[in-house]
Amino acid sequence: MQNTFDHPLPNEHGYFGEYGGSFIPPELQQIMNDIDAAYREIRQEPEFLIQLASLYQHYVGRPSPIFLAENLSKKYGAQIYLKREDLNHTGAHKINHCLGEALLAKKMGKKKIIAETGAGQHGVALATAAALLGLECDIYMGEVDIKKEHPNVVRMHILGANVIPATHGRKTLKEAVDAAFEAYLKDPHSQLYAIGSVVGPHPFPMMVRDFQSIIGNEARQQMQQQYGGLPDHVVACVGGGSNAMGIFSAFLDDKEVALHGVEPAGHTMAVAGEHAATLSKGQPGTMHGFKSYMLQDEQGEPQEVYSVASGLDYPSVGPQHAYLKDLGRVNYHAIDDKQAIDAFFELSRMEGIIPAIESSHAIAQACKIAQGGGRVLVNLSGRGDKDIDFVVENYGKDYGLGSKL
Amino acid sequence: MALNEYIASRKQNKDLLLMTHVVCGYPSFDANLKELEIMAEAGVDFVELQFPFSEPSADGPLFVKANQIAVESGVTVEQCFEFMAKVSQRFDFKVLMMGYYNTVFKMGHEAFVDALKAAGGCGFIVPDLPLEEAGALHDYAKSQDIAPIVLMTPTNTDARLQTIAKAADGFVYVVARRGVTGGKTEMDAEVGEFLDKCRDISPVPTGVGFGVSAKEDLDFLAKHADMGIIGTAALKAWEEGEEKALRDFFGSLGLL
Repeated sequence: MQNTFDHPLPNEHGYFGEYGGSFIPPELQQIMNDIDAAYREIRQEPEFLIQLASLYQHYVGRPSPIFLAENLSKKYGAQIYLKREDLNHTGAHKINHCLGEALLAKKMGKKKIIAETGAGQHGVALATAAALLGLECDIYMGEVDIKKEHPNVVRMHILGANVIPATHGRKTLKEAVDAAFEAYLKDPHSQLYAIGSVVGPHPFPMMVRDFQSIIGNEARQQMQQQYGGLPDHVVACVGGGSNAMGIFSAFLDDKEVALHGVEPAGHTMAVAGEHAATLSKGQPGTMHGFKSYMLQDEQGEPQEVYSVASGLDYPSVGPQHAYLKDLGRVNYHAIDDKQAIDAFFELSRMEGIIPAIESSHAIAQACKIAQGGGRVLVNLSGRGDKDIDFVVENYGKDYGLGSKL
Repeated sequence: MALNEYIASRKQNKDLLLMTHVVCGYPSFDANLKELEIMAEAGVDFVELQFPFSEPSADGPLFVKANQIAVESGVTVEQCFEFMAKVSQRFDFKVLMMGYYNTVFKMGHEAFVDALKAAGGCGFIVPDLPLEEAGALHDYAKSQDIAPIVLMTPTNTDARLQTIAKAADGFVYVVARRGVTGGKTEMDAEVGEFLDKCRDISPVPTGVGFGVSAKEDLDFLAKHADMGIIGTAALKAWEEGEEKALRDFFGSLGLL
């Protein structure tokens, strides 16, 4: 299946309602205009579409299957379906847009592709795409995440990428974005900043969404062909929001399908700095080049954020999510660390699938929704291999395991 | 005194006006005052007071660090305005706010302009606010005699430069970074050509920031612009040796 690249939003200036746009210094604006123009061109080119579709099929292993999780379904009283993005090459949905961005970088004659990464999934996927397509690759990653997500750091090194630590602030995803942005400003001509989610200045929220739309396009067809019709609910976790936009995009016009985004409640929603539930607790603001909901203090400074899932702790969120929230088209929920880790073990032990901690947030919310019956489709956006040591060390004893195995 | 009259009066005595920059609260407000005293002695005409923001997307590494340290040490917008009020009373030079749009957006456009005016500021430079988004803020600022400073860069097309010129007020901030490649002489010629073009298109005076660090840079700018803007070089001097090094730096420019 090919991507359709067929969405009404954003408008030509990159706005989803009042959100999105391009809040960047004027030196960078021309570069963004160039990327926008090159992207609009490339997505019309049959050779590009064929190449991307071929890579999706033979390299990534698409279409990713949809699995009816019968044991979980029985327990909660609804049909729970898993869109298996965890089975993609590199283990998560991120490869979908990384291949697209790397092909775009090649077309634009860039030598190097750079990006930030949180849990390391985007970094690994980009390093993979760079290796495949012969591009240099620099990945910026918070020092804390480098320690926590060690296997992914090793993968990036093996793939030939440079992993550059972000050492300021909380040393997690936001700081990695700062560091990558700073490096990009130094040389925006020979590098392409392959933003890792549906965030950043226009055209990135549009472009990453378009590449990720393959998830929803496939899922919608699979549900109809294999399972007799559309789901009642679609559930996905939201940090920046790329896997969620990817699966939601195909269902936006299906009014009978309820859409659910799941943010990290971390330790507690009651204390600023202890969660990263941007849509639930944030207010509109501008940061990292775009306007969206943002967790900020009364000065307009981004607040510190926390989640057990490195891929979710970001103090802003993709602008289309902000728009969909205001519109009421998507319901946004929050799941805390404990609930996510419960879901991590439950899926592992009932279905034999170890999910990424990020995706575990979506699983936890899906189990809640399932108690009301119906057909619940969950985007299982990544697999949990990267998380196993961290989970066992920190939570193993609560689930009958020693803290060292 | 309106900004254009101020600029005209200052230009009677010299070929090139000068604007300098300090990050509010970095390394401290006391240190800022010492920097400003030296700058005043050197006869600067404008100072940008940067309101620190943790994501300063238009700043180089030295200023990024300064911003982040100031934010982490708890510098608030209110303190910055208080400091601005103190500075604008004490010194002869004019003061502008430099900062990022979320600071303005969070306060609200009118509240921001009112506070700036009350603190004796004459304008503001917000580099991440695109012209297309700036209409309401700029209109209100102009109604209050506060100059919204717009930016021109070498990546702008000629059509874009014309659009920017139409929105210009006070002076235009020209960001003319030297390229990373190319011989210096050749780049200077190229930069000179670009500066002449900006000056030609702009209905108001032009100020230029492009890594000004030596007297020869000022001599060069005097031929192509109305004002030189010194940022990084002054902060670097302060970091290296505080008052003495900053004094020496302005001395090397022939200003002290």
